[in-house]
Amino acid sequence: MRKIRVATVVLLGCLIALALLPLVAEKYYIQLFTKMMLMAIFAMSLDLLVGYTGLVSLGHAAFFGLAGYALAFAAPQYQAANLWLSLPLAMAGSAALALVIGALVLRTSGIYFIMVTLAFAQMVFFLFHDTKIAGGADGIYVYAKPVAAIAGWEPFSLENHTHFYFVVLLLLALVYALLRVLLASPFGRVIVGIRVNEQRMRSLGYRTFRYKLACFVLSGALAGMAGYFAAAQFGFVSPDTLGWHQSGGVLMMVILGGMGTLNGAILGAFTMMLLELGFQGLPAVGEVDIGKHWQLLMGGFIVCAVLLLPHGLLGLGRLVSPRPETGSD
Amino acid sequence: MTEAVLRTERLTKHFGGLAAVSDVSLGFFIDQIHAVIGPNGAGKTTLTNLVSGELASTSGHIYLDGEDITGLSADRISQRGVGRSYQKTNIFLPFTAFENCRLAAQSRLPSSMRFIRPALRYDNVSREALRALVEVGLEHRAQAPAATLSHGEQRQLEIAMTLATRPRILLLDEPLAGMGGEESARMVELLQKLKQAHAMLLVEHDMDAVFALADRLTVMVNGNVLESGTPEQIRASAAVQEAYLGTEDAHA
Repeated sequence: MRKIRVATVVLLGCLIALALLPLVAEKYYIQLFTKMMLMAIFAMSLDLLVGYTGLVSLGHAAFFGLAGYALAFAAPQYQAANLWLSLPLAMAGSAALALVIGALVLRTSGIYFIMVTLAFAQMVFFLFHDTKIAGGADGIYVYAKPVAAIAGWEPFSLENHTHFYFVVLLLLALVYALLRVLLASPFGRVIVGIRVNEQRMRSLGYRTFRYKLACFVLSGALAGMAGYFAAAQFGFVSPDTLGWHQSGGVLMMVILGGMGTLNGAILGAFTMMLLELGFQGLPAVGEVDIGKHWQLLMGGFIVCAVLLLPHGLLGLGRLVSPRPETGSD
Repeated sequence: MTEAVLRTERLTKHFGGLAAVSDVSLGFFIDQIHAVIGPNGAGKTTLTNLVSGELASTSGHIYLDGEDITGLSADRISQRGVGRSYQKTNIFLPFTAFENCRLAAQSRLPSSMRFIRPALRYDNVSREALRALVEVGLEHRAQAPAATLSHGEQRQLEIAMTLATRPRILLLDEPLAGMGGEESARMVELLQKLKQAHAMLLVEHDMDAVFALADRLTVMVNGNVLESGTPEQIRASAAVQEAYLGTEDAHA
């Protein structure tokens, strides 16, 4: 019981720190943390599949990237899209794509599931890469950030980087709370049951396919939310945002942080992005430019983390004070 | 006798050229334990898998309360009131005993596409789960993770999960497997209590238990029904003596 309260205190502390950050940080760091929080939402959406339902997807970037493109389409040349229209539209687009892909790939499992999700995501990648619908390989610009106007009244402006930051922080907290509620609901219990023993769930009378599909669609929509704001922040969408590299990166965040825990997904996203920055900033030693070869260091770090921390970075806490897995979380 | 809860009609399953189950026609009634015995490979577990929908039959029919359920998926058959337990313990090891049963009971909600209210606040579901645990005598272990239960307790939990789905017929695949004497005796007592409200298909190797429990016995050999009748009739059958009971010493 005490353990739960410690976790809650840590979580609240992090939330307060994030809320106070814009008071002290420069623009560069505010934007960096905005990006990290978006990746944290993206990672949580994938963790719902990988860590909770037991579906390891290697094509999750398709839903992230598609929503970015949806924003680009919704913002014709130099004109800003309306946030309240384009965001639901983008998320619905990602959800629809997830529904179609999910209806097909969820008929497979295990290694085949990994390969088929990858294959479908690559199809989406090449659709944007090899055709002229959105600038092909060069990508497409989002010149103006979406406006949040409701009948002339604008509660906040995404052009302001501090406003943008707080919007994303609010979304991070909302998605976190939403998933917490979801995981405690009958639906949440069903998806975790599917991960532990899908065959038994079926013999208990659950039509597991439906629940997996619902989960896949929800996860796709949330990935779309992250992708929409990432595109708005960056002002540019390219096929790379929906490529396998992106899918692999977010999967690493989930594994690094600790699968099957929302806190782990957030921690993994923050750690990966800070490490990337830290490694890139390393000075040259003699002839060798270490910063340029940051991916080598990152690779080494991931290998060590996986070997030494089978439960991810959150597992570090459990090393200090072990706690039995109840499976109810 | 009243109408059978479950009836199979010339039920047949081929695996390639092998007839694992052929032409099996049996009836299962409330207040009657119907034991299916036979040597290894006789087709007992395959028969169970056919009835529960986990395997598709090659030919023949299955009727539940007179309705043809042949070819329905396992989840649909479960929803119609067929509950089963497994030869190899098949539970959710990381979950508590209570959560195992709660999840089983939750399957009887019209839908689990419920996203807001916490699962633990569905009082009817929790009550049903607890009732099932009490029925098998496992309520004192409700909060223990299933993985920490003894083998016998896991077998009991397996039955409790099945009961939490409120089935009309129980398909029990070797519920006594690997149990010690005292645990066995308790399970036998439990099955006797359960038969009052359920039809029961019992696959079991423990001959003492089978003859103590069964109201009706079916002997299978190589996928075929060799003999079906009361325990006395089976004991007296020359064909059974020759094919199966002659090896009783090996099992005892």
